[in-house]
Amino acid sequence: MQRGGAHHPLIELTLARVREFFREPEAIFWAFVFPLVLTLALAAAFPSSADRLVVVGLVPGTRAEATRRALDAAPAIRVVDLSPADERRALRDGTVHIVVVANEPPTYRYDPAQDESHRARLAVDDALKRAGGRVDPWSAAEERVTVPGSRYVDWLIPGLIGMGIMTNGLWAVAFPIVNARLRKLLKRMMASPMQRWEYLLAQMLARLIFLAPEATLPLAFGSLALGMPIAGSYGLIALVVLVGALSFAAMGLLLGSRARTIEAVSGLVNAFQLPMWLLSGVFFSSANFPAVIQPAIHALPLTALNDALRAVVLDGAGADTIWRELALLSAWGAVSFALALRLFRWR
Amino acid sequence: MTDTAVRCTDLVKRYGTVVAVDGLSLSVERGECFGLLGPNGAGKTTTIEILEGLLAPDAGGVEVLGLRWATNEGELRQRLGIQLQETQLTDKLTVEETVRLFRSFYHQGPDVSALVDLVGLSGKRASLVVQLSGGQRQRLSIACALTGEPDLLFLDEPTTGLDPQSRRQVWDILAAFRKEGGTILLTTHYMDEAEALCDRVAIVDHGRIIAQDTPRALISALGAPRVVTHEGTLEDVFMALTGRHLREE
Repeated sequence: MQRGGAHHPLIELTLARVREFFREPEAIFWAFVFPLVLTLALAAAFPSSADRLVVVGLVPGTRAEATRRALDAAPAIRVVDLSPADERRALRDGTVHIVVVANEPPTYRYDPAQDESHRARLAVDDALKRAGGRVDPWSAAEERVTVPGSRYVDWLIPGLIGMGIMTNGLWAVAFPIVNARLRKLLKRMMASPMQRWEYLLAQMLARLIFLAPEATLPLAFGSLALGMPIAGSYGLIALVVLVGALSFAAMGLLLGSRARTIEAVSGLVNAFQLPMWLLSGVFFSSANFPAVIQPAIHALPLTALNDALRAVVLDGAGADTIWRELALLSAWGAVSFALALRLFRWR
Repeated sequence: MTDTAVRCTDLVKRYGTVVAVDGLSLSVERGECFGLLGPNGAGKTTTIEILEGLLAPDAGGVEVLGLRWATNEGELRQRLGIQLQETQLTDKLTVEETVRLFRSFYHQGPDVSALVDLVGLSGKRASLVVQLSGGQRQRLSIACALTGEPDLLFLDEPTTGLDPQSRRQVWDILAAFRKEGGTILLTTHYMDEAEALCDRVAIVDHGRIIAQDTPRALISALGAPRVVTHEGTLEDVFMALTGRHLREE
């Protein structure tokens, strides 16, 4: 079949979408630069806990000078002077991890619900008792072992990749579709011999072209700049990323299938993705949520994607371990595509 | 093969309680240019979209190129060229990329570069759609309608909002298409456009055809007494038939 210098419609439709994307500088920023900036910012905000100083708020008392000397001598402790009036606020904001009232004996004020404060209490107690002349019965031989991949940033990066795949998949597919509907471009396409499924599939395929940099940049950055170990096979990581991207692109199609205004589609996309930002273990583990809602959390597509990514990247899991997650993701994608094809409003 | 390009009988289309098309029948012969004239809200666009297979009528029959939408949509789409009112093509694609995209949907037709030349956009080949003037966009839209070398062209207000030069350019493109034996069905607000392009016109109001003939015949049928100050025009006929009151969309 001759097409007068044009390629197969599926290729032309995909190319059109890709060109449109690369000619929007804002889209490039959100897809590629933003995830990197976020990774950097979070890595700076949450260094691995071994590197962190314990910050002690010192409230003057009968033994202020001796207490200060004892705490200053300990290497991992930084002392901040506090007036009794500022105590609560400093603890609440996390600017100090523990408050020490320098009396004889001292008083420790801290929030036992916070890990940081627990660590601070141990360090402060140790430093003050040592200075007070405590004699240790023995000292243990210490062997420091750093388990690769155990830092927060190592855990975070796969989650950010998963979140990026979700966000970009939903926005980069749903938004242009609604825009084309608003501009009556979809109607014009329907007036041509174009096949409907080709148009929808092309919107999904166009996503894959952006996928390589989207997933590779944070992984390479994590691995080269932050020393994140990549335990699993690259091939399997690529497969997980691919299945995730296609599946979220199909959900993007579905979310964009009826909306007639940008406001409507924005609301839909946000309502769909917001719960997953919180529940699916992007920034903190979803294991923190109560057991009752765990089955629901594990049915979410982003949970499946994040779990599969972390299993492969951090634990070196094989396909035999993550097939359930991949199957769940594929099911979300297939059902969404089928529904989108049925519900799609072309006018 | 029949000599009729478009035939519709007793078309009815309702939107809730509003009757947009109310028992409209017309037929367009092959090689003819047929114009639908009417005030805003008369039912022109609804009628043409039913003929284009984009809207289903509530009642009535449609036959295009001897085929029916229900059974021959695939073939019909290949053989029709359609230009819709108010389509905004993708801003961030170039002229050539836009034509190439549409060209990929058709089994036959001219090369992409020939199409761009045909509508006089050779110098704008690599320009983004967003950089084009209104007239250039309209010609691009017509190029997209012509990509499949159609037998029949549907045009909904092809020159609305264009300056006189751009309108004449569009007319030239349409004249060239007719010279090759193409059939055109168009809607317009412009009486001079209908007089210049159309072999026959139908004046539509309230979803019905209230007059139908060649522009000349309609003008002479209006008769001398009603037009005393100047030679009769199609506009006089139009005003006489549809009245002077303003129509809001």
